[in-house]
Amino acid sequence: MSEFNLFQPLQYEFFIRGIIVAILVGGMNGLLGVYIVMRGMSYIGHGLSHAVFGGAVVSHMLSINVYIGAVIWGVISSIIINRVSNGGKVRADAAIGIISTAGFAIGIFLISSTRGFTRNFEALLFGNILSITYLDMLVIALVSIVVFLFFFLLNKMILFMTFDRETARVYGVKTDIIDLAFSILLAIVIIASMNVIGVTLLAAAIVAPTISARLLTNNFNRLIVLSTVIGALTASVGMYLSFLFDSASGATIVLFSAGVFGAVVLYTSLHRVYHEHSHGRIRHRHMHIHKGEHDHEHHIN
Amino acid sequence: MQWWLRFMCRGDDIALRIKGITYGYTSIPVLENINLDVKKGEVIGLLGPNGSGKSTLLRIVAGLIRPWFGSIEFGKRPVIGYMPQVESIDWDFPITVEEVVALGLWNRSGMMPWPSKYVRERVNMVLEDLGMSSNAKRQIRELSGGEQKRVFLARAIVHEPELLLLDEPTTGADPSTRDDILKILNKLNRDGATIILSTHDIVGVAMNLPRVVCINKRILADGDAKDILRGDNLLKVYGLIDSMM
Repeated sequence: MSEFNLFQPLQYEFFIRGIIVAILVGGMNGLLGVYIVMRGMSYIGHGLSHAVFGGAVVSHMLSINVYIGAVIWGVISSIIINRVSNGGKVRADAAIGIISTAGFAIGIFLISSTRGFTRNFEALLFGNILSITYLDMLVIALVSIVVFLFFFLLNKMILFMTFDRETARVYGVKTDIIDLAFSILLAIVIIASMNVIGVTLLAAAIVAPTISARLLTNNFNRLIVLSTVIGALTASVGMYLSFLFDSASGATIVLFSAGVFGAVVLYTSLHRVYHEHSHGRIRHRHMHIHKGEHDHEHHIN
Repeated sequence: MQWWLRFMCRGDDIALRIKGITYGYTSIPVLENINLDVKKGEVIGLLGPNGSGKSTLLRIVAGLIRPWFGSIEFGKRPVIGYMPQVESIDWDFPITVEEVVALGLWNRSGMMPWPSKYVRERVNMVLEDLGMSSNAKRQIRELSGGEQKRVFLARAIVHEPELLLLDEPTTGADPSTRDDILKILNKLNRDGATIILSTHDIVGVAMNLPRVVCINKRILADGDAKDILRGDNLLKVYGLIDSMM
């Protein structure tokens, strides 16, 4: 029996490409996830990723570049979702539910009803490491630079409008323009993530790093860094595992992210009852039960 | 700048002129033909029950809502400080007191994500003035009701605004915090700030203000607090007798 070598996958060029792309895409999803989750719009990743599938199929049928068509479709869907949900009468989750699912349904409708539909969209639905090309990698690297610059340079404005959108407007933050730019970037990142994670699984990849990071920190800037790092790590490890198990990369990444989230929940739960604390000058650790935010009762001495 | 906020005001002593404002969230107006002149350096209290249109009027002046009719005219577009009702805040948001206050100076902090030296110093100064410097590193959800008010007041004043719009700045605060807030507002006013605040508190706040505007969809009384805070006006404002009588 041949000995298993952990580094064996690295001899394949397609795998190295896959890992690099997974790190970039995972990091971007983790970063975007912070603003999406903190604005209470976790479903937008799910919604937009489904919506762009319709755009990809329509573009293919019209012989337009699938990615360009999907980006345009995604941006338009995102703008409509923003407009409808900011109008006040329809909540964001409901707007996302109908607009995005309709987009997805268009894609499925066209595939199922068109005879002789030859293109295989399975990679877009579930992610496939083999479908990542060198050009994909370059485009995703470029998108990553733009995304990280966007959040680095507009950090304070984005923090302000995420925390208190109305006051941010009074203080001169151009919330509509930033929303539009964010929507465009989100649509681009979703398209960039399609081949790695797949549109049906992308929502979890956007949300999971942020909620894991949120359990670990109460500092917004640290949340951004942690979420980005967790996103990059879970995507790259998930990609590696997908090679080992010969499974779909998207499903493996999402399952690994869910596993990391479960581990973080377990860690924070244990940490809550069993962590180092002080009584005056004495620092020690032992099991104790919390009362409120800071007080606790000793359970075991 | 929104079309309903204009630079047409005549007279140097006018900070802003509210002209014929009518607005509603549904087809029924919550504000109807509101006209109000606010002089520079004035402190005005908007007094009225829940749903009387106080917050809506403040939001229109702040440029957040476009009225159905009417306009707001400024002598010169002032630097505005705005304090929303704290009920609208997500208290689980991972942000500290000093970070919240620094948001008020977001455009004076350079391109880097971290605050500049100027912002740090200014935030520390304002927090010290409000007796909150020891809470600078605390998460906002750990604060008491009174402390929360102070934090959002700190953000409203940190950029030294000329016009302060405060939506119920003392609601939920204990008497000591309320008095501290009024003292701070008094000091800001002496330094030249024009202040419009909304309140429910007749005895603790409105009675201490030089000018009170009683509002309930329309302006029902406007003038010196001691003159207008009489039983008949209050009964009208709080809907206990027909305001049209």
